[in-house]
Amino acid sequence: MADNGLLESVLRLVEKVDGGTDSQDVAADLGVDHQVIVGAVKSLQALGEVISAEQKSSRHWELTGEGREIAEQGSHEARVFNAIPDEGLPQNQLMKMPSGKVGFSKAMSNKWIRLDKAHEGGPRVFKTVEAIEDTVRDKLQLVQKGQSAKLEDKEKNELKKRKLLSEVTVKSYWITKGSSFSTTITKQETELTPEMIASGSWKEKKFKPYNFEAMGVAPDCGHLHPLMKVRTQFRQIFLEMGFTEMPTNNFIESSFWNFDSLFQPQQHPARDQHDTFFISDPALAHEFPQDYLERVKKVHSEGGYGSQGYKYDWKIEEAQKNLLRTHTTAVSARMLYKLAQQEKFTPVKYFSIDRVFRNETLDATHLAEFHQIEGVVADYGLTLGNLMGILHQFFTKLGITKLRFKPAYNPYTEPSMEVFSYHEGLKKWVEVGNSGVFRPEMLLPMGLPEGVSVIAWGLSLERPTMIKYGINNIRELVGHKVNLQMVYDSPICRLDS
Amino acid sequence: MPTVSVKRDLLFEALGQKYTDEEFDELCFEFGLELDEITSEKEILIREQGGEKAEGASDVVLYKIDVPANRYDLLCLEGLVRGLQVFKEKLEAPRYKRVSPADGGEPQRLVITEETASVRPHAVAAVLRNITFTQERYESFIELQEKLHQNICRKRTLVAIGTHDLDTISGPFTYTAKPPGEIRFKPLSQSREYTAAELMSLYKTDSHLRHYLHIIENEPLYPIIYDSNGIVLSMPPIINGDHSKISLNTKNIFIECTATDLTKAKITLDMVVTMFSVYCDEPFTVEEAEVVYPDGRLSVYPELAYRTETLSGDFINKRVGINESAESIAQLLTRMCLRSEVSGEGDLIQVEIPPTRADVIHACDIMEDAAIAYGFNNIVRSTPRTYTVANQCSEEDIADKLRKNITETRAVHISNPKTADFQVARTSLLPGLLKTIAANRKMPLPLKLFEISDVVLKDETKDVGARNNRRLCAVYYNKSPGFEVIHGLLDRVMQLLDVKPGRNQGYHIQAAEDSTFFPGRCAEIFSCGKSIGHLGVLHPDVISRFELTMPCSAIDIDIEPFL
Repeated sequence: MADNGLLESVLRLVEKVDGGTDSQDVAADLGVDHQVIVGAVKSLQALGEVISAEQKSSRHWELTGEGREIAEQGSHEARVFNAIPDEGLPQNQLMKMPSGKVGFSKAMSNKWIRLDKAHEGGPRVFKTVEAIEDTVRDKLQLVQKGQSAKLEDKEKNELKKRKLLSEVTVKSYWITKGSSFSTTITKQETELTPEMIASGSWKEKKFKPYNFEAMGVAPDCGHLHPLMKVRTQFRQIFLEMGFTEMPTNNFIESSFWNFDSLFQPQQHPARDQHDTFFISDPALAHEFPQDYLERVKKVHSEGGYGSQGYKYDWKIEEAQKNLLRTHTTAVSARMLYKLAQQEKFTPVKYFSIDRVFRNETLDATHLAEFHQIEGVVADYGLTLGNLMGILHQFFTKLGITKLRFKPAYNPYTEPSMEVFSYHEGLKKWVEVGNSGVFRPEMLLPMGLPEGVSVIAWGLSLERPTMIKYGINNIRELVGHKVNLQMVYDSPICRLDS
Repeated sequence: MPTVSVKRDLLFEALGQKYTDEEFDELCFEFGLELDEITSEKEILIREQGGEKAEGASDVVLYKIDVPANRYDLLCLEGLVRGLQVFKEKLEAPRYKRVSPADGGEPQRLVITEETASVRPHAVAAVLRNITFTQERYESFIELQEKLHQNICRKRTLVAIGTHDLDTISGPFTYTAKPPGEIRFKPLSQSREYTAAELMSLYKTDSHLRHYLHIIENEPLYPIIYDSNGIVLSMPPIINGDHSKISLNTKNIFIECTATDLTKAKITLDMVVTMFSVYCDEPFTVEEAEVVYPDGRLSVYPELAYRTETLSGDFINKRVGINESAESIAQLLTRMCLRSEVSGEGDLIQVEIPPTRADVIHACDIMEDAAIAYGFNNIVRSTPRTYTVANQCSEEDIADKLRKNITETRAVHISNPKTADFQVARTSLLPGLLKTIAANRKMPLPLKLFEISDVVLKDETKDVGARNNRRLCAVYYNKSPGFEVIHGLLDRVMQLLDVKPGRNQGYHIQAAEDSTFFPGRCAEIFSCGKSIGHLGVLHPDVISRFELTMPCSAIDIDIEPFL
């Protein structure tokens, strides 16, 4: 900070002029460097409304180092001319002069001198005129005196090209008196201190105003990944609706639980290498509830429970194949089987949110793994209307109220419904999830009682997250290419707004 | 989901009504179809091959319609129109009839020899008599076979269809299997004869057929069908013979389907004949053909079987959540091509399932059709009264099962990985965090990242031989290693988990060697006397292998004991 003496000198100068003054003039008047005055202006600004200063920029011409030398000692060509005596000078001697090379060619083109190449004793330089006028020096001296306005633009540009002049931009302040102008400095306090409170001195102090335009200091804190924030919201919704979380900590699943138990036939395209990641080690699952497995085999190959079955040769080898689970419905199947083993059936509501894996074509919205959100309700006498009702409640909690349902096909649900919601932004219906009633061919072999219906629905976690946080490329959200700045900056998740 | 492409004007002509795109989209939605795209051949060519190639291409409007994967009866214009007309009650579902040859002659016969047993043991056949093709009908006929091949036939592995001009061949036909060297014929769209072995190498470069070669390529015997004069009808599932190829002028068609799955072959044959018998002089009739099995058994095809299911109106009402009379439910089902009548006994309904609806295998399928005809969106939405108490997941007794040393466990391998980065299920969270830092080097230091997630480890005690393991991993990346920061994190985590520092019941760390960490800068973490993981300063080699430049400390622990 500039010392108070200087600040007060500046203030006194400002006091004398009514319309204000330029900081450059102040610098000239006080005989100090302009930058020092700029510092003083800033210090004065910090004191409140003592002065008001408006920044302005002006351009002016200044001599370069070489330009100053010429203003003092004359142009190179003049110096060359003056160095040549009437009897001439050998060229090689002339070239040894500091200004020799440049001066020689300039003086030649000015026709001040001539070169006699045929002179005995080597080429020799002679004057061709009696006296010269060093206009370059004169012009530079004008600029030095601050009278550059007297030169034409063309002349200035010519000198700029010769690197003798340069145009500089100077930022200066136009200083006028402020609303609480005074020529004496009262130091402003920055912050309230315990001492001021104790002594009561704060009453007399002037406090430096805060800059409310500035950003605060960023708190030192961690940041949760948006996917996790959205997941927490979905968990919250399920818990509010009385759903119990299923243990989904088994990425590796057998084809049996992933497909067969769901009445998905063994030739189904989803069981292709192109759709599913199979495991080479450990390649096979080795333990199944044997009597249940037999019932599954029968319902696939022969039918039963009122079903025609698929009438094909069901193979245990297919069912044993391990894979990366393609849906969390494999977990639902295990849970429903477990439920069926209870002595007495009790209604359940289950949910899970966890990773699933598909051998998909990768693009901006698809990865080979994603999180599936799934809800399942098992009770006596559940209807399709019930499924639509519970979906309505679930999506209302997400802030989605306009729903409609399209008939669809899914090997393990019948009826199956795709859930569409009206997107106000896109002005069209978009698919938001899948749902259905599990087939009796899936439930009855498990041992669930006849009248029990199980309704279920699923959606992905990534899609709503990408929509919520305006992310277009899934790679920015999931995986190591995640944009950490996005993670730092993303707001809390409120799905219903 | 299969997509069927139909000419809009042709479709509307057949439906006897013009729709706006929106109206037709609405109709599809209601019926369970999806009007996926409105385009033209020209537009498709422009998009796929650029403007020049599309010069002169047709700009007739095409509707691309997504059809549910189990509705094989909707895979062609004929089927779509029939389904929608019946749905709109403009048409009564036709009754498909198998008939004997008109002149009292012998039915066509296909004899299967025992050689086929090892490669493709099943075959079914039928005849379409006095059919009239037009250009559009002919194209639709070819297209339907292609759609069936791609879907129910599972890319010809389960079933392959061959259609032949019956007037160019004479039965009985023989379906046998021979060594590839002994098979010789002129295949479709070739100008000379080839042996089967030659054909296999010829088709290696065929963009369409090469996908089917693998089905028989390594078999010692190839399936082949001859007529009584030794003319080759087809070499399923690859190619038909040129001799018997059908054309616009073909009047009588012999259809054979060879298969590894007999049920699917019967359905496929039923689909082809039910869809196209509409163009026969006597519509919806199909002439039978006999198939003789190696054991002498004789079957008559196509089956065109009608099955009757009886169910109650109450069942439908209760499952759907509506309250309709048995009569009105019967009417709803009839609109779905399931001709239904109230039987007179209580509210029982007799539902006839036609051969076109092979997807109906259970009463629940009938219930769904009633719901679709009623209109999903007309059903009253009601909340189930299921009373339950919510619980968050607790991972039970998992801690007891976790007494194994992590280093003994091996990774789970994927047999068909998509990329080199994805050949095993991850066993550690650390590489992911280091890659994340590498991808975010422009961010200001320090970078402090953590992940709590599952890794996968082999575990013989599990039914599938593997299990998930929930881990916590955190890294601190800065100009100095910051071991104290990572150590402080451990202390804080333990404080929150209510585990006190201490040797026996608490947690402690002690110096250890681990190749991931810088020697002398690594400690093993023990909780209640059991090792749960490591913390330390990463080895410079590890740092540079992840293309990082700053020191980095890390902690990696198993958190299942604390869940």
